[in-house]
Amino acid sequence: MTYLELMGFGPTGWGPAMLRAAGMTVVVAVLGFLAGAVFGSLAAWAKLSRVRPLRWLADGYTTLLRGVPDLLVIYLFYFGGSAALSAVARMLGGQGFVGVPALLTGALALGAISGAYQAEVYRGAFLALARGELEAARAVGMPPALMFRRIVAPQVLRYAIPGLGNVWQLVLKESALISVTGLVELLRQSQIGSGSTREPFPFYLTAAALYLAITTVSTYGFGWLETRSMRGVRRA
Amino acid sequence: MDLAFMAETWLALLAGLPLTLRLAGWSVLCGGVLALVLALMSLSRHPALVWPARAFVFVFRGTPLLVQVFLIYYGLGQFRPTLQAWGVWWFFREAYWCALTALSLNTAAYAAEIIRGAILSVPYGQIEAGRACGMGRLTLARRIVGPIALRQALPAYSNEIVSMVKATSLASIITLAEVTFIAQKLIAQTFRAVEIFICAGSIYLLINIAVTRAILGLEYWLSPHLRAAPREPPASEAAHA
Repeated sequence: MTYLELMGFGPTGWGPAMLRAAGMTVVVAVLGFLAGAVFGSLAAWAKLSRVRPLRWLADGYTTLLRGVPDLLVIYLFYFGGSAALSAVARMLGGQGFVGVPALLTGALALGAISGAYQAEVYRGAFLALARGELEAARAVGMPPALMFRRIVAPQVLRYAIPGLGNVWQLVLKESALISVTGLVELLRQSQIGSGSTREPFPFYLTAAALYLAITTVSTYGFGWLETRSMRGVRRA
Repeated sequence: MDLAFMAETWLALLAGLPLTLRLAGWSVLCGGVLALVLALMSLSRHPALVWPARAFVFVFRGTPLLVQVFLIYYGLGQFRPTLQAWGVWWFFREAYWCALTALSLNTAAYAAEIIRGAILSVPYGQIEAGRACGMGRLTLARRIVGPIALRQALPAYSNEIVSMVKATSLASIITLAEVTFIAQKLIAQTFRAVEIFICAGSIYLLINIAVTRAILGLEYWLSPHLRAAPREPPASEAAHA
């Protein structure tokens, strides 16, 4: 079978399956990135707070998650999550093993990992805000929530875009590890395909090309975002 | 939390430590050499050197490491007769060599960009001054560009080494019995994910703290000119002399 027959869209082609799997890769990466934005902004807030135990907690989180292999974190969420769910099910009178949906595990694990990286990005972006602007907001009597919405959030996001672009690329590539939980994303689909056709090379090569396409498009996307967010900023 | 179980687990996981360290050490070393070559290629002005280096970096930084591992280990296995004919099958048959190849190529792509940036950061005046003293290209590289670029590259390279230590865990997926492999086996047997995660994680964390500290030390040792001058001896001692 030629490469085109194998990866094409004909009756024996794996093209549609691979494209669908690439879609799943994007979905799990986006969910993981968004979960990471939640974890990351909470951790950044804790790191900047005046309460010492909160700072320690956040520092512990980022140090741990950035120093431990991501595969271990994924195993923790996968096995730990199902162990916890099974325990809850037992308490409710159920029995046996309860699995966590793979997409949920994947998104949460990617969120926990990328949150540690995003925390540093948000913290750095917040520190880049001009102090005078916060002072001015307080001086005109803005309550904290309004100040956050009008002054802090828009600027932090602007400063954070380059850093977030790097984290997004990271999440996209880490998402391949979610294949160990059985979620049919791009890499898992390639494993399935190469298992049933005994032609691993074309499948992994196609997977690599699709990943490359996604990362390349994202690079341009973030470049566009960065230029757009800097419209109102005068540059030397 | 069961401390006896954790102590036992920790000892069981230590059995995988030598392999983890070997994979990380060799891949950083081989990858570093290749990265230097790639960085020099992309800094040369010759398109036949620049474009292959750029393409390499683009491909290896744009795809997941696990895909690279699978492509080398399972993908190349498809061409077994050809590889046997070339006499390199013994290499690609072993999961260890495949993992090492993938890790080295991957880190080479990232490190090449670090080294390239570091070389570009050498102030032009320094190079000009070196030339003005009559230094040849090699002397200039050894005495001026090398040391300055090395110091510049160290912080970023430290991050790269840490991510390589973490990346060795992917070797567990192609059956290499390093720390993560043992951890995964133990979790599947006992379902005590949290305890085992803490044990395995602490091993990686300790390695990474050691690496970071060592490179900070190296950086300190390489930048005496950036430190505050040692204090002047007290006046009384000076009077003695």
